[in-house]
Amino acid sequence: MQPVIELTGLSVRFGKREILKDLSVAFSGRTIGLLGPNGAGKSTLIHTLLGFCPVTAGTAKVLGHDIQREMNQVRSIVGYMPENDSFIANMNGVSFVRMMGELSGLPAGVALERAHEVLFYVGLGEARYRQLGTYSLGMKQLAKLAQALVHGPRLLILDEPTNGLDPAARQRMVRLIREMKEAGEMHLLLCSHLLRDVEETCEEVLILKEGRIVHFSNLEEERRSNKRFVEIETAGNDAGLAEELSGLGCNCTATGAGRFRMVLPQGFELREIYRVAASRDLQLRRLSHRRDTLEDIFLKAMEVDHGGL
Amino acid sequence: MAVYKRAYKIYDGPRTVPWSRFSVLTRYSFSRLFQSRLLVLFLAACLFYPVACLAFIYFSHNEQLLALLSLGDARLPAIDGKFFYTFCRVQGVFAYLLTAVVGPSLVSPDLANGALPLYFSRPFSRSEYVAGKLTTLGLLLSLITWVPGLVLFATQAGLAGWDWTKANVWLGGAILVALILWITVLSLIALALSAWVKWKIAAGSLMLAVLFAGTGFGVVINNVLRTHYGALISLNQVIYTIWGELFRYDWGGQLTSTEAWSVLCLVSGISLWLMARRVQPFEIIK
Repeated sequence: MQPVIELTGLSVRFGKREILKDLSVAFSGRTIGLLGPNGAGKSTLIHTLLGFCPVTAGTAKVLGHDIQREMNQVRSIVGYMPENDSFIANMNGVSFVRMMGELSGLPAGVALERAHEVLFYVGLGEARYRQLGTYSLGMKQLAKLAQALVHGPRLLILDEPTNGLDPAARQRMVRLIREMKEAGEMHLLLCSHLLRDVEETCEEVLILKEGRIVHFSNLEEERRSNKRFVEIETAGNDAGLAEELSGLGCNCTATGAGRFRMVLPQGFELREIYRVAASRDLQLRRLSHRRDTLEDIFLKAMEVDHGGL
Repeated sequence: MAVYKRAYKIYDGPRTVPWSRFSVLTRYSFSRLFQSRLLVLFLAACLFYPVACLAFIYFSHNEQLLALLSLGDARLPAIDGKFFYTFCRVQGVFAYLLTAVVGPSLVSPDLANGALPLYFSRPFSRSEYVAGKLTTLGLLLSLITWVPGLVLFATQAGLAGWDWTKANVWLGGAILVALILWITVLSLIALALSAWVKWKIAAGSLMLAVLFAGTGFGVVINNVLRTHYGALISLNQVIYTIWGELFRYDWGGQLTSTEAWSVLCLVSGISLWLMARRVQPFEIIK
């Protein structure tokens, strides 16, 4: 399967300061989350993929196109929703989105048709003839999303799409992102510092810190593997419990005070734990899966000291 | 797909040729500019002088009308280099004022509203962006400068006959070169100022100051230092010198042709450099 974005030793430097340092990774998920604290290099990575920043070393490919040699092809298949306020004054929604479509190479008639379609799609259908300057912040975000979608990109880059939105508008934006993901027509790269947004929408996550990759994982796989980590708390005589569970294929460790941690083998049924406990006349007071949230992953990644991947 | 069917679809249809996309900006800029009635009125006012010149050319070749008005023996000004030089000076001022009105609204709103990343994240380069904006101003200024200038020349050629045309064909070239040169310099200055001053009114005022303050300071420098080099910072002295040379008319300027051309090249170069610095997809804050 062709990677959506492939970075090979990518470095970017502004003057004497190295912003991105030797990044090598390949994404192939439908939705990719880009996380990191302020100044980690998230926006610079996006700008580099769009050709705004010159590459100092290494290469990057977007859907198989080299960003240094085939930038026009890259820009034709990428839609970009910037973080900051970006619109054109004295224009209504339709004209704005249509113009952006035409600049992407759509014929004027097609651009007009698609401008109406995407404005309805993002939920600005009723406001499409209003001047952009009169839009609320949430509407401006949606207009930015519409202009990024109008030319039918295969990769949509969203830079902080929920920035400054109230809870209802944020929910609407997250729902839209999920719908786009489920439609299966394009890939999404979502850059955000809001872990919840990324957790709700992304399959893969890349965490940057000081221009380096400190974590890259597939969230779906993480969630699946988390289900195999179980913690139990018992009351009663638990001597020999760990050995018996180990005999069933679990990797079981006693942590004291009747508590046990175990990694379950493939195909292991949880009822086996209850059966063993019942046979030993043990009370099973708690059984829980490990819940490694994105916040845990992020905080762990932030503790990594420049090790990179 | 009907608009009510809310679904996303990739576009795989035909695309326009990349070199023609700069004209999209021009088209949208025009549609926005012509929403202003004031601008349309001003454009119409800019054409009064060419219409008056056209009437003069017509009258000066109509002996019956001259006799009727008892002007048969009157010495009317000749339609020569001086006539077209004067035309350029008058229309040049109108072109300048129009640039001060229109120029600031071209780039500064895009900068103020952070629209540049939207343009440059598409298959659309910085040079195409500048070309699109320059074309807007260039076409608008052409409407009031060399287009009516060539109409006047063609009218005179038609009425005066083949001998006059053969002897004065260089005037047509001079009109074209003189006014296209002025349009180019004005457009570059206007875009550079518009790219650096986000507030439209301030950019327009600065545009006017470039001409008037430059001329004023030039005179002061000349008087205080008893030199003629003050004229180098006076844009109108510079362009009049070049026009004088093109129309073979001695207008009494102080600069040499080389000095005037050098200043014009320098001003254009600085304007391009300023634009290149500013028209970027994002700002690096040091």
